[in-house]
Amino acid sequence: MIITIASGKGGTGKTTIAASLALSLAEEQSSPPLFLDCDVEAPNAHLFLHPKLDERQDVGLLIPSVNETKCTYCGKCAEVCQYHAIAVLGQKTLVFPQLCHGCGSCTALCPEKAIKEIPDRMGVIERGPAMVGISFAHGVLDVGEPMAVPVIRQLIKWIVAQPGQVVIRDAPPGTSCTVVESMRGSDFLLLVTEPTPFGLHDLRLAAQVGRKMGIPAGVIINRENGFYPALDEFCTDHHLPVLLRIPFERVIAEGVAQGKTLVEIHPEYADRFLRMFTQIASLL
Amino acid sequence: MKIVLTTVSPNLETDVDPRFGRAANLLVIETDTLEWKAESNPGASSSGGAGILAAQIVADQHVQAAISGDFGPHAFEALQAAGISMYIYGDCQNAFQAIERFKAGQLQQVGGPTRGECDSGHHGQSP
Repeated sequence: MIITIASGKGGTGKTTIAASLALSLAEEQSSPPLFLDCDVEAPNAHLFLHPKLDERQDVGLLIPSVNETKCTYCGKCAEVCQYHAIAVLGQKTLVFPQLCHGCGSCTALCPEKAIKEIPDRMGVIERGPAMVGISFAHGVLDVGEPMAVPVIRQLIKWIVAQPGQVVIRDAPPGTSCTVVESMRGSDFLLLVTEPTPFGLHDLRLAAQVGRKMGIPAGVIINRENGFYPALDEFCTDHHLPVLLRIPFERVIAEGVAQGKTLVEIHPEYADRFLRMFTQIASLL
Repeated sequence: MKIVLTTVSPNLETDVDPRFGRAANLLVIETDTLEWKAESNPGASSSGGAGILAAQIVADQHVQAAISGDFGPHAFEALQAAGISMYIYGDCQNAFQAIERFKAGQLQQVGGPTRGECDSGHHGQSP
């Protein structure tokens, strides 16, 4: 089963919850879960799960490289490129690697066969064992690289889960391509929110993405500090079960700031996470 | 000399457009006769790579110089490859004034990508 933790709004507690769920399952199940930190622009789950990252691999895209002696500057490559990543300017054909999405159209359609594809590094993926036998992997996008999706895609493809092994994907914030890529192929979405207008606004967007992708979802309300009826009304109206409520507590904030997960701060949460997992399994 | 100027509307009395890649109009002008024609800029509505797209249109017109308010890194690289020199219009208010100042050699030539008044930190990036 693949469970993806997303939120819309940043800082609602995705990683705290993803890491706590992983630890709860690892203590209980014969095969500890596989944890993927898909927030390759700012990965932080390693701070909570302390993996020993002993394997790494460069990742990126194949981008065009033009052989100037064969090129006739016909402009076919520039014409077919949807992202304007290749341009013919007078007697020069220029490639803009940061705009290239690696589709290969220019290479395939060049009438002179003047283009070959070369690897362009965008980041690195790393993996290794973490606390309580969790299999951990994350991606790190290189500084200055604008496109995170290829790194996420290769991270997800890198490790095949064992039969029966639960996969937990910690998604990036927002609702853009990186989140869609992290959600793709998931069996369930855990949408973490907070009881504020901002939290609700972004939950609404994240829930819409999940619905469009046809993935069932449930909600975790974090930092609950009173009654915010609009949030519960939204969940009821959109048939989103509220699977867990975590109160706003200073001791939790202090623990998280020290790199502790919820189950380390409050061991009784392990049972709550396991009950939630059972509930998710019964919803599918 | 044949030049290109980024403008808000397709005429010589119009305001200059501060953006290169996303300029509304690319005005191709013969500086000696002031004959002009307007090329619509597909970069204006492009989701990304606007500077490159506009530079390609400009290069196809075989101009020698481009005048705008700001040239991003991709636009700069593309125009430089095409051998087109770039100038900043500075405090010129309209197209006519910018052409006059260019002819008098009063416009500043650009030696690298600029960070003009319209800079939003999103040069050439698609989402």
